[in-house]
Amino acid sequence: MGKRIGMEVSLMVSEAVKLADVDVIAAYPITPQTHIVEHLSELVADGHLDAEYICVESEHSAMSACAGSSGTGARTYTATSSQGLQLMSEILYIVSAMRLPIVMTVVNRTLSAPLSIWNDHSDIMANRDCGWIMIFAESGQESFDQTLCAFKIAEDRRVSLPVIVNMDGFILSHVIEPYQPVEEEVVRKFLPPFDPLYTLHPDKPVTMGAFAMPELFTETKMAHEIAIRESYAIIREVWDEWGKLTGRRYVPVEEYMTEGADTVFVTMGSYGELGMEVVDRLRAQGKNVGLVKIRLFRPFPYQDILASLSQFKNLLIVDRALSVGGVGGPLTSEIKTALYRLEKRPNVFSFIAGLSGRDVPPEKFIEMYEEAMEGIKKNQWDEFTMVGVRQ
Amino acid sequence: MPKPMEEYRVKDLNPGNVIDEPGNAQVYHTGDWKSQRPVWNEQKCIKCGVCWNYCPDNAIMRKEGGYFVADYEYCKGCGICAHECITQCITMVEEVV
Repeated sequence: MGKRIGMEVSLMVSEAVKLADVDVIAAYPITPQTHIVEHLSELVADGHLDAEYICVESEHSAMSACAGSSGTGARTYTATSSQGLQLMSEILYIVSAMRLPIVMTVVNRTLSAPLSIWNDHSDIMANRDCGWIMIFAESGQESFDQTLCAFKIAEDRRVSLPVIVNMDGFILSHVIEPYQPVEEEVVRKFLPPFDPLYTLHPDKPVTMGAFAMPELFTETKMAHEIAIRESYAIIREVWDEWGKLTGRRYVPVEEYMTEGADTVFVTMGSYGELGMEVVDRLRAQGKNVGLVKIRLFRPFPYQDILASLSQFKNLLIVDRALSVGGVGGPLTSEIKTALYRLEKRPNVFSFIAGLSGRDVPPEKFIEMYEEAMEGIKKNQWDEFTMVGVRQ
Repeated sequence: MPKPMEEYRVKDLNPGNVIDEPGNAQVYHTGDWKSQRPVWNEQKCIKCGVCWNYCPDNAIMRKEGGYFVADYEYCKGCGICAHECITQCITMVEEVV
């Protein structure tokens, strides 16, 4: 292991892509993803990375080029944010159903309108059903680690699915954090060359992406569903292997200070680090509070979520997106669905915070806790709360 | 050769529904789709081959004597041949089952 250094998180992700020795990058720059692809473009131009960098005219074209590239058997990477992800949306569904193991970083940013460049999860939540594996990184180092793990997960023949690694825009992407490099030989052993099941090659012609009549479509969707469900075991295998190599261990649902806790915050992404700080403060005041961090969003780890969350009385779920006209936060909705099968269900408090990068300091989490405790006293609370909204 | 579509189960499908048997689309008779079929009036046909050239399904063949005929197993009845025909010798006739 090399020396720990400070590095901008976007550059850590670019370094991971370089270490993965990708063959093709097709990307269109958009804030706050820009630094990742700018740096990759430099690495290719300066000869540090032997890859084809395709400058496309839109994100729709970026993902289309990735589909073709991955179909030929090239290790393929792209990155985007917000409106860019929306423009890709059509092709996202296509590459996952075609089982093309593309890796993409989504640097999470708000969807317009109003126009905003800052962070929340509305971009990825708008595409949550696109059939990709989805992971949420909590820190800079994890963004690096998950990028490398993503290639191994995606390309495993038992999986053969594309993977999105989500990282919070600006909060992670533009921040300088400690970075523990991993040696090239370690990555070489961890991530063997891409050996695809099928490739587009005239010597052995195949058709990818053919049409299907209604008589066949239902079976193809079920096959996709089974594949992504079964990827869970391989994701755990890959994370365990990475843990043995680096000492950094990842699980789909991670608990922090939950022993003896009756109330837990439930977070996804960079809120995990904030949550730990808040829990430390509340524990110091003698409050029985813990934290549960959801790292794997697709496949949704129902069993792990049930096993963890059924232990507690009160869940304070913090979403970074609003399902407008729905029932509050998308993460909360899914967790509530998972809890339905329990006979004794915990109280669920749904908080929507940090929209469009509005600052969420530890004090806001403490306010959420106090609001929930007040609600329990009165035995009455709202379906969801827009944290800090001026009414 | 592939089975009829309704006989496929989930486990029979290749990952990503890749078709690894080249040319097997020929067992799928798209001619079932048509509601009209092209019929040639050989009195007016000048054997130019415009219909043959424009057919998007390669379902028109030249027969003996230089006239043209459609393969009704694959002709979808789109009517492009009738539209393009210079002498308007092709009529789209309602398909009666």
